[in-house]
Amino acid sequence: MSEPWMPKPLQSFQGAVMVARHAPVGMITLRGDLDAAEMAAAVKGAVGLAMPAQRRIRSGKRGAVAWMSPDELLLFMDHDRAPVAVDRLDKALAGGHHLAVDVSDARALFTLAGHGVREVIAKGSPADMAPDALPVGEFRRSRIGQVAAAWWLSDAQTLHLVCFRSVGDYMFDWLCVAAARDGLPGFLAV
Amino acid sequence: MLILHCPYCGIHADETELAPGGEAHIRRAGPGSDDTEFENYMFARKNPKGVHFERWRHVHGCGKWFHAARATDTLEVFGTYPAQTTEPPEEILAHIRKRRPDWKGFQG
Ligand SMILES: [Zn+2]
Repeated sequence: MSEPWMPKPLQSFQGAVMVARHAPVGMITLRGDLDAAEMAAAVKGAVGLAMPAQRRIRSGKRGAVAWMSPDELLLFMDHDRAPVAVDRLDKALAGGHHLAVDVSDARALFTLAGHGVREVIAKGSPADMAPDALPVGEFRRSRIGQVAAAWWLSDAQTLHLVCFRSVGDYMFDWLCVAAARDGLPGFLAV
Repeated sequence: MLILHCPYCGIHADETELAPGGEAHIRRAGPGSDDTEFENYMFARKNPKGVHFERWRHVHGCGKWFHAARATDTLEVFGTYPAQTTEPPEEILAHIRKRRPDWKGFQG
């Protein structure tokens, strides 16, 4: 269900799809020149992955790296590893203009699993959730209701979502209501 | 509903994912300017019925500012382009002239 680097769920709900909120995960906001060789090497060192293409996420055993904007990445890893990883990134990128910040405790991570995860999100977001507009592995930043969030599908029926922790409780409640049993129209269900 | 193509992340962003930033290509009247020039820079804004150049921010998305050329009367979008320019690119202007042959042209 979840990616290898994701911690266990703290709480979960079974409705039309399963909604789970994960225990804290390590997240680092990394900004700088994404075309620089030093950046690619730093990312490789931190999570063992190559640079993601525009709007894509790469996920592996040690973590994940998501494309946030032309000069920003979001790294995922074990919660304990994030502070050390920031130090290593700063060393690897020293001399170049960059920013590496441990945002682990400012974020919440969710997983939705089941037929129709796309429809749950489509209820509260302007993002096009159709499979051709949001293929597996594409990282979509948008909003749920009035709340900023980003999500991606790791397979056709598994969706992961990140938001600010300050709205994490709201997000969990919102997702559970949107995922109520018999509450999906079956329009985008796979 | 307004949908603008973000030139930075490539998403066709719904209006509710965007934050408006007002008129584009405003040149600052700084030290050495007289009161009229500063007043114009500070307060005077175009409000055309027709072609308008605007700043938008993909706030619920990649977070970047960009420019949009659109018609205020029909909501037709002529195009969007990056923020790192002081005037609209030629391909945008050419497209507007094609769509609006009587348009007076860009006035900075
Ligand atoms: Zn964008």
